[in-house]
Amino acid sequence: MSKNTDPMSWRMRNDIAGRPWRGRAREYDLFKELTVGVMVVGLLVLGLSAVFSSPDDPSVTLKSWATAAPADFVATATAELGGTSKTAGYGPPYNATPDASQKLGPIDLQSFSGVRIPIDTANDFVISPLQSLPSSPSAVSDWKAGTDKQHVDWAAAYTDALSKAPDNDPAKVGPGDYGPVPALTGTLLGMAQQGALDGVLQAKDSFYSTDYTRSTLFLGDGTYFPGLADTAHLTGDQWGMMNETGNYPGQSWLWLFSFVYQVQPIKSSPNADILVVSIMAVLTLLLTLVPFIPGLRSLPRRIPIHRLIWKDYYRRR
Amino acid sequence: MTPDGDTAAGTVDEEPRFSTWTGTARGWMLRRLPPDKLLPEDQPSYVASWIYVFGMGAIAALVYIIVSGCILALNGPAWYHVSGLGHFINSTHLWSVELFFMFMVIHLWGKYWMAAWRGGRVLTWITGVIAFVVSIVTAFTGYLLQTNFDSQWIAFQAKDALNAVGVGAWFNVTNLGQILMWHITLLPLAVAGVVALHVVLVRMHGVVPPLDAAATDAQLQQDLPQRASVEGEHL
Ligand code: HEM
Repeated sequence: MSKNTDPMSWRMRNDIAGRPWRGRAREYDLFKELTVGVMVVGLLVLGLSAVFSSPDDPSVTLKSWATAAPADFVATATAELGGTSKTAGYGPPYNATPDASQKLGPIDLQSFSGVRIPIDTANDFVISPLQSLPSSPSAVSDWKAGTDKQHVDWAAAYTDALSKAPDNDPAKVGPGDYGPVPALTGTLLGMAQQGALDGVLQAKDSFYSTDYTRSTLFLGDGTYFPGLADTAHLTGDQWGMMNETGNYPGQSWLWLFSFVYQVQPIKSSPNADILVVSIMAVLTLLLTLVPFIPGLRSLPRRIPIHRLIWKDYYRRR
Repeated sequence: MTPDGDTAAGTVDEEPRFSTWTGTARGWMLRRLPPDKLLPEDQPSYVASWIYVFGMGAIAALVYIIVSGCILALNGPAWYHVSGLGHFINSTHLWSVELFFMFMVIHLWGKYWMAAWRGGRVLTWITGVIAFVVSIVTAFTGYLLQTNFDSQWIAFQAKDALNAVGVGAWFNVTNLGQILMWHITLLPLAVAGVVALHVVLVRMHGVVPPLDAAATDAQLQQDLPQRASVEGEHL
C-alpha cells in the first residue's frame, strides 16, 4: 500500500475519514448528554468523597523533628556545619559544589541555571538562626574566629563521636576536639524544640515568606523525615511518586515515570533523575507524534479493538 | 445560464465577501464551524458506543475540579485542615481529579485504538496530548499545595528531577507561593484553554468514521431522501 493511501494516515483526503459523513445519522442531544454527564459524575464525586474522604497527615516541623528525634537533629546540624550534608554537596541551584550535578553524557543542564537559590548550610541553617537569638551564644563568635579547616575538622570529629555514642545521644559523647560545634548544635536544638527555628529559617529577616526551600532541605538532610516517608510507603524505591499517605490513590498517572526509576541501570545511576526525565520526554514526544509514526499508527488496525468499539456499525454493514 | 440566474446564484450560493479583518475572521469561522456543526442535533450513526462517554466525562469531572477548586481558593490553602466543610470540599476536589484522569486515560486509549487522528484530525490528537501533559503538571502542583506531610515529601523529592533538568531554579517546588500561583491561575487557564481548543477541533472535523468504513457499507448507502426516513430511528 503506498504511503498516500495508508488508511491510518492523519492526512486530510477526499475519502470517508476526510469528508463530512454522508451516511446515516442518529439523533444526538449535546447539551442533554453534557447535563446527564455532569449529574452522574457529580453523584460519583459526592459519593466517593462521602465514603472515602481524603488524606491529610499533618506536616513535620523543625520543632516536631527536634522533639521526636533530637539525636538525628544534632547529627544533621553538625553535618550542615561541616559541609557534609546532602544539601551542602548538592550543587546547582543551591551551591557550586564541584562535580555534584547530574549529567546526560556531556550535557549538564543542572549547572545551566548557576547558583540561583544560594544556600550556605553552615550559615543559613545554623549560624544565622543562632545570631537571631536575643543573646547570641559565644560559640557563634568562636566559630566565626575559626578557619575553614578548623570548621571541617571540628564537625568531622563531632560527627564521628556522635555516631559512636550510645543511641547517638549528644549527652553521652566523650570528650574531644569539637570546638564550638556541640554548643552550637545544642543551642540550635533547644531553639528548634521551642519552635523558634521554624519561623526564623523560613522568613529570614522578612515579615512575609511563602518560600520553604531552606526548611525543606534541612528536614531532608536528616533521617527522621525520610524515615516517616518510608513508613508511609512514599519513597522512590517504593514507587512513592504515585502514592499518597494512607490508602489513597495518588498520582497513579505517573506510573510510567515511577516505573522507569525502578529499572537498572537507571535505578542506581547517579544521573537517575536526568535519565528518567529524558526518557519520559522522549516517550511523551512519541505519544504526540503517534499519527506520524508508521508502525505505531498502524497497530490499531492489526489489533482490532475498534471492532469492539464500533460493534454496532460493523454488525450493520 | 442567464445573466439573471448568475446574479441569483451570486447572492444565494456564493460566500459573502468581507473587506474588514473582522468580517474575514467571522467568515472563516462560520465556514469552518457553522453553528449547526458546533451544536449539532444529530451525529453519524456510528457515534453509538460507550467509548464516547469518556471525553464528556472528563469535561464533567473538570467542571467539579474547577468548582471545588474555586471554593478552596476563596478560603485559602490551609482552610481545609481546620474546617469540616473545607475537608469535604478538599475530598471532592481530590476525587474529581481522580475521576478526571481515569476518564481521560480511557479516552486516550480509546482514541488510539480508533486511530482518531485520521482524516485531518491530527491537531485534535496533539491538543489531546497537550491537555494530558498540562493536566499532569496541574495535578502535581495541586499535590504540592496540600500543605501537609505529603506535599512536604513530594516537594523534597521532586526538586531533584526538576533541578537535574535545570528548571528547578525557576520552577521551585519548595516555594509554596510560587506553586500556589501556578496552580490556581496559570495552569487551570492552560488546561481550560487547551480543552476548549480540543473540543472545538472535534466539532470542526466531525467525529472520525470507523476504521475501514467503505462506501459499500449499508450505513453509507442511504441517499438523502432515505436518510430522512431513518433519522428518527434510535440506534
Ligand atoms: C483534558 C482532557 C480531555 C478532554 C476533556 C477531552 C474531551 C474530548 C471530547 C469531549 C471529545 C469528543 C467526544 C469523544 O470522542 O469522546 C474528544 C475527542 C477526541 N479526543 Fe479528547 N479529551 C481530552 C484528552 C485527550 C487526550 C489525552 C487525547 C489523546 C492523546 C485525546 C484525543 C482525542 C481525539 C483524537 C478526539 C477526536 C475523536 C473523534 O474524532 O472521534 N483527547 N475529546
